[in-house]
Amino acid sequence: MLSIRNLKAAINGREILKGINLEVKEGEVHAIMGPNGSGKSTLASVLAGRDLFTVTGGEVLFEGKNLLDLSPEVRARAGIFLGFQYPVEIPGVSMTNFMRTAINEQRKYRGLPEMNATEFLKLMRDKKALMEIDSALASRSVNEGFSGGEKKKNEIFQMAMLEPRLAILDETDSGLDIDALKTVATGVNRLRRPDNAMIVITHYQRLLDYIVPDFVHVLSGGRIVKSGDKTLAYELEEKGYDWIKEENEE
Amino acid sequence: MNGDQDPIIKQVTQGDYKYGFVTELDNDALPKGLNEDIVRRISAKKEEPEWLLEIRLKAFRYWLTMKKPEWAHLKIPPIDYQDIIYYSAPKNNKPTGSFEDVDPELLKTFDKLGIPLDEQKHLSGFAVDAVMDSISVKTTFKESLGELGIIFSSFSDAVREHPDLIKKYMGSVVPYRDNFYAALNSAVFSDGSFVYIPKGVRCPMELSTYFRINAANTGQFERTLIVAEEGAYVSYLEGCTAPMRDENQLHAAIVEIVAHTDAEVKYSTVQNWYPGDKNGLGGIFNFVTKRGICLGDRSKISWTQVETGSAVTWKYPSCILRGESSVGEFYSVAVTNNHQQADTGTKMIHIGKNTRSTIVSKGISAGKGQNSYRGLVRVVKNADNARNYSQCDSLLLGDQCGAHTFPYIEVDNETAVVEHEATTSKIGEDQIFYCNQRGIDTETAIGLIVNGYAREVLNKLPMEFAVEAQKLLQISLEGSVG
Repeated sequence: MLSIRNLKAAINGREILKGINLEVKEGEVHAIMGPNGSGKSTLASVLAGRDLFTVTGGEVLFEGKNLLDLSPEVRARAGIFLGFQYPVEIPGVSMTNFMRTAINEQRKYRGLPEMNATEFLKLMRDKKALMEIDSALASRSVNEGFSGGEKKKNEIFQMAMLEPRLAILDETDSGLDIDALKTVATGVNRLRRPDNAMIVITHYQRLLDYIVPDFVHVLSGGRIVKSGDKTLAYELEEKGYDWIKEENEE
Repeated sequence: MNGDQDPIIKQVTQGDYKYGFVTELDNDALPKGLNEDIVRRISAKKEEPEWLLEIRLKAFRYWLTMKKPEWAHLKIPPIDYQDIIYYSAPKNNKPTGSFEDVDPELLKTFDKLGIPLDEQKHLSGFAVDAVMDSISVKTTFKESLGELGIIFSSFSDAVREHPDLIKKYMGSVVPYRDNFYAALNSAVFSDGSFVYIPKGVRCPMELSTYFRINAANTGQFERTLIVAEEGAYVSYLEGCTAPMRDENQLHAAIVEIVAHTDAEVKYSTVQNWYPGDKNGLGGIFNFVTKRGICLGDRSKISWTQVETGSAVTWKYPSCILRGESSVGEFYSVAVTNNHQQADTGTKMIHIGKNTRSTIVSKGISAGKGQNSYRGLVRVVKNADNARNYSQCDSLLLGDQCGAHTFPYIEVDNETAVVEHEATTSKIGEDQIFYCNQRGIDTETAIGLIVNGYAREVLNKLPMEFAVEAQKLLQISLEGSVG
């Protein structure tokens, strides 16, 4: 589904990603871990098309298409979803209106007719129930006045609405207490399907207790320095990131 | 913003103003120029009584002694008042009031503007007075409203049919000496609407007037007068468009509202006069004096405006809160894109005890647009317990536009509570990217964000208008990204 080959990216002339290689197949969940400043969030942003970063080398194929040629909105319509580390507030724009616009833009891209109001509201209701989301959320403005936990839940709710092929969750666990973490993780697990895939970016191992990955990659200094199965996460938890850094420097 | 947006910007800045077409009509027009003879001839064309001609002449003589106001934050090229046609009326329009007698070309024009004048076809719950250049073309539902005692007619008809009411109220809120443009209007005004809601009647329909400038080199000078008797209620809407022309055209209107005891008047405007092209060529100069008086206790006047058009807007819909516990409201969204300039706001004059006013102003500047909020809150000595809340927000798109705020507060009573809040913000790239990431393109994202910003005001509009206004906001800002 996704092939990242020797991807390099820079911000203000400073190279952050120094040659990333990663293969993600349908049905897989990949966790990307790493110390602060290792390039985890940069990778997520580059895949989503944020123009703060300049791609300086490599290629990314998503379902056969050259992802880096596509604008951010076309990537989204093609099925890439980014769960933001810091979800953005849009005052005065209701969640209903926001989601309806997004869904219809995506449907248009796929040659489907617009969803009418009745169908749409039903979908909202169903997904809210699935994600155990407070029903007042729909009438509130996008992320406005939401608590940290609510913002993160709202990201997962949007993911449920949009049913992406590939979801990239950027530190969805940051700033969450254990209860909120569990709710978010439960939501994510309900969205796991054999025909989609996820990249879960996290600094801590504890999220992976709830979202169990098929693969764990350790990102350090802009490169994936170690890959393994879920046991790698425990090893990291035990030994700390310094272990990777040292091993890598040797 | 990245290079991907360049084609979008190109595409939309070259998009046309949707209402810019011209209808080919035979016009009955007076020659260009302004003098006493022209004033007399306008009055004669309209077969007016002597007293009204006298008012016009007094206003004209007074206007000659006046200078145009210079205090607004506007750059306006000199206007040659002798180079304007002050009266132009479509010829084939027989003023019988019957639908069959309206020139089909006129009907087509208003159809094209989305304002069908055939009562059968009309949006339910709306009655319309359609004004083209200097005359009213057709007023719908005049008869059925008449059964409730409601008068909804063109101003000219009202002068003929209800001279006492016109004599009593015309100029009672905006006297001809009020300001330069009010004096000009009082001298040369052509048509407009008159609304009278009798005691205790709640008007069952939205009343609306649609103003259209069509003829070239012609100014539009309409007058609207709304009187709500004790306990009456009416919601009134005004819409306006004009063809695209390279020359500026002048629009100087007066709106007066009188609300008696327990009466309520809601006045909504969606102003979409031609704004000029993207280089600032052409467009309407819009100088409007709008004022309402809450004469009776517990009366209420509410202004809602969405200002997206005109090259220059100079407009301050105001409330004089004379009756005790009367209420004034002003909700405004003003957009300036390309080279548009707007200096708009309100005046809330608290005279009665326990009077309350609310001001919510949302300015949106894009391109090289200049947007000023100018507002006065005055509480006089005897106005005990007056309350005002003002909120004044500016949104900037791009870095070549300007937003300015000029609040004036004059309080002579120590029990008054006057609050003023102001914010200035920009649409963040992170907001746009967030929308992009959900599949929404930048153009649509800006529309969403701006509509969200203006929502508090748009919510005050009647439903059908709110939808139109939302689309309009989006269109007005097309091409403002970059």
